[in-house]
Amino acid sequence: MSIEPRAPPPQFVFRLKRALGGRAGWGGFALQILFVAVLVWIGYEIVANARANLQSQRITSGFGFLNNTAGFDVSQNLIPYSGSDTYTRVFLVGLLNTLLVSIIGIFFATVIGFMVALGRLSPNWLLSRISGAYVELVRNLPVLFQILFWYLAVLAALPNPRQSISLFGTFFLSNRGLVVPKPIADPGLEPFALAILVAIVACLLLRSYARRQLFESGRMIRIWPYVVGLLIGLPLLTALIFGAPVTFEIPELKGFNFSGGSRLIPEFVALTLALSTYTAAFIAEIVRAGIQSVHQGQMEAGASLGLSRGSTLRLIVVPQALRVILPPLTNQYLNLTKNSSLAVAIGYPDLVSVFAGTTLSQTGQAIEIIGITMGVYLLISLVTSAIMSFYGWRLSRSLEA
Amino acid sequence: MKRVSLVFTLALAAGLSTQAASAQTLKTVKDRGMLSCGVSQGLPGFSSPDDKGNWTGLDVDICRAVAAAIFNDPSKIKFVPLSAKDRFTALQSGEIDVLSRNTTWTLSRDTSLGANFTGVTYYDGQGFLVKKSLKVNSALELNSASVCVQTGTTTEQNLADYFKSNNMKYEVIAFASADETVKAYESGRCDVFTSDVSQLYAERLKLSNPADHAVLPEVISKEPLGPMVRHGDDQWFDLVKWTLYAMVDAEELGITQKNVDDMAKSDKPELKRVFGTDGNLGEQLGVTKQWVSQIVKAVGNYGESFDRNVGAGSKLGIARGLNQLWNKGGIQYAPPIR
Repeated sequence: MSIEPRAPPPQFVFRLKRALGGRAGWGGFALQILFVAVLVWIGYEIVANARANLQSQRITSGFGFLNNTAGFDVSQNLIPYSGSDTYTRVFLVGLLNTLLVSIIGIFFATVIGFMVALGRLSPNWLLSRISGAYVELVRNLPVLFQILFWYLAVLAALPNPRQSISLFGTFFLSNRGLVVPKPIADPGLEPFALAILVAIVACLLLRSYARRQLFESGRMIRIWPYVVGLLIGLPLLTALIFGAPVTFEIPELKGFNFSGGSRLIPEFVALTLALSTYTAAFIAEIVRAGIQSVHQGQMEAGASLGLSRGSTLRLIVVPQALRVILPPLTNQYLNLTKNSSLAVAIGYPDLVSVFAGTTLSQTGQAIEIIGITMGVYLLISLVTSAIMSFYGWRLSRSLEA
Repeated sequence: MKRVSLVFTLALAAGLSTQAASAQTLKTVKDRGMLSCGVSQGLPGFSSPDDKGNWTGLDVDICRAVAAAIFNDPSKIKFVPLSAKDRFTALQSGEIDVLSRNTTWTLSRDTSLGANFTGVTYYDGQGFLVKKSLKVNSALELNSASVCVQTGTTTEQNLADYFKSNNMKYEVIAFASADETVKAYESGRCDVFTSDVSQLYAERLKLSNPADHAVLPEVISKEPLGPMVRHGDDQWFDLVKWTLYAMVDAEELGITQKNVDDMAKSDKPELKRVFGTDGNLGEQLGVTKQWVSQIVKAVGNYGESFDRNVGAGSKLGIARGLNQLWNKGGIQYAPPIR
């Protein structure tokens, strides 16, 4: 009986079949093609029909409106803006306002969240109960309600500008916001900024030197007195040589409002406060869960090495906990950014308010504007999660090393 | 708020992608047995619900009159409350048949929104509401003031124009709904609340102490307010347009809610045409011959509706002014029914 030599499996074709059709083979591949084709066809039909009907009803469409003059003003603009600018400019102003609230909100939410989480895990009975109460109170109330609370109950209760609370005659707190002296650049600014830069670089070098000393020869070097000296002394020295870097424009009460100075509007403060305290409550729980997921033995190991509780947390527990914390933390950052669109309720000029609100109703081009706005939020969210993924990747690499 | 406009936008995209463009609104409304009418979220005198949920107001009466002309029943209406920024999308998407929501007639709105204004129900202008304690007597004294305004209105642009042309600085805080705007004004966030004068009077009633607030004498813009319908359905456009004209003509002819039955028996040729005892004018519009008497029985003539909702007979107490008939010193004028 002779054994028929089995033909070798057609490797390439087989692999291609698996890659394209999965286990179902060529049939599966055909189905996938069909499915994609149907999706494309539906998408095309929607767009083509909408276009035809917009045209037949003579509703203006397209993106030409972006070059038209907006003709309305905005209360907070990070870039120069006036009513005679275009809708594109309005879009940028709104986008920057959204980003400002998101970034500052994320910063404070993270700081408060970590503090509350550590407080909740603290052996101090009072501290842990207060932190627990904070989490339970804040995360269980609707965020819109909290924004309105800060805006209408807390900030609106401040006195009017004429009776504003004044600090040293230069800071004024009223229901129009916090007015602070506005720095105006003087010739001394450039050397001053340079001195700060040099001081920062020197401090970083000092730190890496101190670390190397610690790891190589076990010598602890106290660097903070040098750091303070560098950061304060060097800029001060240049200011003495080259003159003051900035002069301050002191706000003055003229007519209804303060003129001069820069101002933090109450809408911004209320929104940032509400969003960061609300999100902080969730972040606190995430951080707590992350820290508790690190084995108790790590804490004990730190203690047996003679490290303090703070150092153990900072050097041993938190870096391990971060791996667990990071993905849900990203979710909270994204939530905060998206929740910032609630700004419209208190008149903070964010993207949704000035672009998907005023611009939409002035031009009536709902499809284009809502499309752009959705695209922008999607982009912000994707960029945020990309940054967080990158951080996570670096973290896991350094933990494995 | 974002969610609402998103819903309308999706409805708009979906509606536009499926619906044929030649809308037969009148037939649709008759088949549905119900008129869908876009109104404000609560503006006393123009459109606001009472404690039982019945909508009243001058804008509401226009919708009631249209329903009366079609169904001889002013209650066959579904009212859809809309914020200023959602209103046009709701009309474009077919969510509502008529938008009767204190909307200013401007060229850009008439041309680019795919909708038409059918007439002017109220000639208005933009003004300023301030606290009397500020001791301001003119809008020209408002330099550096903080101004509260509702977003998505012509008001925002008029405001920018006015302060710019008078070389005055100001700070604008724009809110999504009228209620939020008024709340911020009352809490002292702004010195001034600006809107159409009629709206200022209406909103002033909602303040805790109306007598502490005054409307400044300057009127800085023309704000002809009127109903809107979608482009591309001339029959429907005609019906809504002539419903308002019928109310104005009824006032001019002296037809009131009380005497309408007596007047209908008159043998004056003009009245016979109006009441459909001669000719078939109503049928040409797609409704019954008795459409005018149905309208007047339901809501009264224009003057009666004005008085009841915003004029002398109402809490607002606004004078007729420009809204008086053309032969009594105003500019309300309707083409003849013949």
